[in-house]
Amino acid sequence: MEHFTPVASLIGGILIGLSASALLFFDGKIAGISGIVAGMLSPVKNDTLWRVVFVAGLLTGGLLLRLLSPQVFTIGITRSSSALVLAGLLVGFGTRLGNGCTSGHGVCGLSRFSQRSLIATLIFMATGVATVYIINHLLGGTV
Amino acid sequence: MNSLLAAFAAGLLFAIGLGISGMTQPAKVTAFLDFAGDWDPSLACVMIGAIIVHAAFYRLIRRRPTPLFASAFSIPTRIDLDPRLVGGAALFGIGWGMGGFCPGPAVTSLVSGQVSVVIFVAAMIVGMYL
Repeated sequence: MEHFTPVASLIGGILIGLSASALLFFDGKIAGISGIVAGMLSPVKNDTLWRVVFVAGLLTGGLLLRLLSPQVFTIGITRSSSALVLAGLLVGFGTRLGNGCTSGHGVCGLSRFSQRSLIATLIFMATGVATVYIINHLLGGTV
Repeated sequence: MNSLLAAFAAGLLFAIGLGISGMTQPAKVTAFLDFAGDWDPSLACVMIGAIIVHAAFYRLIRRRPTPLFASAFSIPTRIDLDPRLVGGAALFGIGWGMGGFCPGPAVTSLVSGQVSVVIFVAAMIVGMYL
């Protein structure tokens, strides 16, 4: 547990919770990133601009992080381009099929005590654990 | 205009939260998922912090008839458990463990200029269309 960062992670989590609360309070929207991005890709009238602006906010936040604290973008694991393509396809397809990701189900859904989100979160945690076990302990840590 | 400003601010705050929490570092995500290795519980702290705050505010906010800058709340109402939910979550988890990225950190990390992030996000967008 030498890399455990309880304080920073708790503070970061609180900021994420505040962001989700602000988006709900002001705009009535759920801060599920996969849903927000997917909604930009198949635009519906009067339901697209806020998504684009939210993502612009994410990217602007990313730029601030890059300027002030570039080490937060350390990747730290070794993945081939083909593994990244497969991973991206699974994340994109899986989040649409299952209607959410770590933010939509994991944060927003669990905060509402949604049973669907609890099931989804337990399942993606479980298959994530199984996948990392296979990669780190059976395949030598890289794919 | 106010609603767009709020969306921008929420996106910005979300990204800063992700960066501070360590979740833009795939090695920290995969270390959380690696119970059999050098386990890093940081991601659990992120979830706990976010859920405590949002669960409390969610209940306060829902006492209002409408959001401040919109005519209605857009909140999922489904309660059924269907195979798509289960299968989708299972596939997402595999991709998450494989790449170390979920959608929020991946999009935020696009501006880091790293090729691997661009590859992941491009594939993710294709996956969303499939």
